[in-house]
Amino acid sequence: MIKIKAKDVDVFYGKKQALFNISLDIEENQVTALIGPSGCGKSTFLRCLNRMNDVIDICSVKGEILINDFNINDKSCDVVRLREKIGMVFQKPNPFPKTLYENVSYGPTIHGIAQSKQEMDEIVETSLKKAALWEEVKDRLHEPGTGLSGGQQQRLCIARAISVRPEVILMDEPCSALDPIATAQIEELIDELKKEHTIIIVTHSMAQAARVSQNTGFFHLGQLIEHGSTDKIFKNPDNKKTQDYITGRFG
Amino acid sequence: MNLILFTFIVLLGFTSYYFGRKKAYTIQSTKKRLTALPQFYGYYLAIWCAIPAFIIFSLWAIFEPTIVKLLVLSDYSNQGYLDDELNLIYEKTKALSRGQFTGEITPFIEASAEKYLSLRSIAQSSKVVIVLSAIIASVAYAYKRISSNSRTREPVEKFLNAVLFTASLAAILTTVGIVFSLIFQTIDFFKVIPLFDFVFGTHWYPAKAFVRDSSEALDPSMYSDTFGAVPIFAGTFFIAFIAMCVAIPIGLMSGIYLAEYASYKVRQYAKPLIEILAGIPTVVYGFFAALTVGPFLKELGTSMGLEVSAESALAAGGVMGIMIIPFISSLSDDVITSVPQSLRDGSYAMGATKSETIKRVIFPAALPGIVGSILLGVSRAIGETMIVVMASGLAANLTLNPLESTSTITAQIVVILIGDQAFGDPKTQAAFALGMSLFLVTLCLNIVALRVVKKYREKYE
Repeated sequence: MIKIKAKDVDVFYGKKQALFNISLDIEENQVTALIGPSGCGKSTFLRCLNRMNDVIDICSVKGEILINDFNINDKSCDVVRLREKIGMVFQKPNPFPKTLYENVSYGPTIHGIAQSKQEMDEIVETSLKKAALWEEVKDRLHEPGTGLSGGQQQRLCIARAISVRPEVILMDEPCSALDPIATAQIEELIDELKKEHTIIIVTHSMAQAARVSQNTGFFHLGQLIEHGSTDKIFKNPDNKKTQDYITGRFG
Repeated sequence: MNLILFTFIVLLGFTSYYFGRKKAYTIQSTKKRLTALPQFYGYYLAIWCAIPAFIIFSLWAIFEPTIVKLLVLSDYSNQGYLDDELNLIYEKTKALSRGQFTGEITPFIEASAEKYLSLRSIAQSSKVVIVLSAIIASVAYAYKRISSNSRTREPVEKFLNAVLFTASLAAILTTVGIVFSLIFQTIDFFKVIPLFDFVFGTHWYPAKAFVRDSSEALDPSMYSDTFGAVPIFAGTFFIAFIAMCVAIPIGLMSGIYLAEYASYKVRQYAKPLIEILAGIPTVVYGFFAALTVGPFLKELGTSMGLEVSAESALAAGGVMGIMIIPFISSLSDDVITSVPQSLRDGSYAMGATKSETIKRVIFPAALPGIVGSILLGVSRAIGETMIVVMASGLAANLTLNPLESTSTITAQIVVILIGDQAFGDPKTQAAFALGMSLFLVTLCLNIVALRVVKKYREKYE
């Protein structure tokens, strides 16, 4: 089933065009990897999906992005509700300078999800458990989140993102600042999370894309060169550029 | 004469730089590799030229007057003069030699004046000779030492290190000097006025101390109930409090606006405009407070049936608050801007609005820095003088009514030290005691503020 449908998306930074005519369907409860060389626009596309490009003054987005058949670029779209439904994890772990508990309860608080302290405790616990962090931090929930290691911080950010039960989770190179062990933990986690969430991950590591994703899209110079099942893209791509990139001949 | 010599030394310095570099180039042209860039050889030689000249100059400036005085006065030794009388004779001699002496000229003094003049001219010419020969000797020595493998970079770097250290030492020594100049007078003051009376006394009326004839003996009992500092400390903190009530909300909100809401263009123009407020001399604020705000408040109050003094704490504090706005706004703007963008992104991505992000993420993250900026603002408010002198009056009332006039530590120091003063008088010394307490209060505030700001810095590095 198709969760997100992007149709003819163009993105401009001022006068410079960063994305050209992107059309891409994203399957529900699967992991879609976006790969491509630096500056090819994959992160820009990812940020279109939860309207994070709104934060950048000079950025403008054209085209349709349908999530559950609703165009999020429409004026009637409520960005706050949209971002509740579409969570995001960033390249660098960015826990708030607050306690672990406050970090996870942040989303439920601003969306008014929890009715009582007890309910909030439950949300925090389940989110941390789902993010495979609970066992490590359950005794120090009221210590600052910035005191964790890099990998733990990133899992905290994932717990924060899933605390509001989003339908989609966007991940922008979530492992690029982490060591191989932490990376393996996060990849395992992604596999687990796809049961309940649709995941889109931007990554520089081809191996990671091959390991975690079912679908892959290859971006180059602001264009979506090819997309399809990860197996096909990696074993038998249609486009020569994709072939070259995957075999490491450029990028 | 000194000026000519000085210019000459500077010229010599430049020449030796040139020669040092030239020698380096000559060495280089013989295909030898130098240990440093050629200009280091130049600097090296220039330093060798400047240092001995500087040392001799300073020693001369310190010792010449003393030696000349000793030599001139040696004629008067064994004649039973007292030290004070000898000093007087020496001053007369100097005045006569400058042709400014108007009293009775005795042959003795005339002879001394001639001796003084000849000594001075001998000193001058010997100084020139000694300085120049020292320079020539040291430059020649250094020039000979320069070879392909001589070290020049290290001495030059060390010299620069020493110069920079001296500069910062000068600033520190000044602070220490100020403290010492306050400390002795303060101690003298507390010998007459008990510390307890000063700190806990509720009546400040230094004018009472004017009445004393300076020839009379000091009678501490007449100062009781004169130097009780409670009213002016209370006034100081009260006015500072009013000022911060104005400055903190406005400064903080404008800082948040500039950092988070204003577009690049607005920020580009608004920030310098707000900072202009910081550049206005406080005396102009004083005018504004005394001639515009004060009377306005009085009229407003009268129309509402309130008794408002024309010189009210409210007028002074309010205007002082306006003066402090740019400090708080500019500093908190900087602090908020330096909160990493990734935190904002994280919050927005959770679906938080701008105001929620500011309230829940950015403000707490920036809080230590904001507190630091507020404390710096408070220490400015406590040290501010001109606005208070002009707008809040000089009568030290112990009151918490913002519509009455009060006075502050700084204003009282001004009152005490304006016009004729007798040193060694408790009234004058009171100013030093006040200055000392002001120094201590602001020092503590600054230390706390710096601590807080430092704590903030550690967080993001």
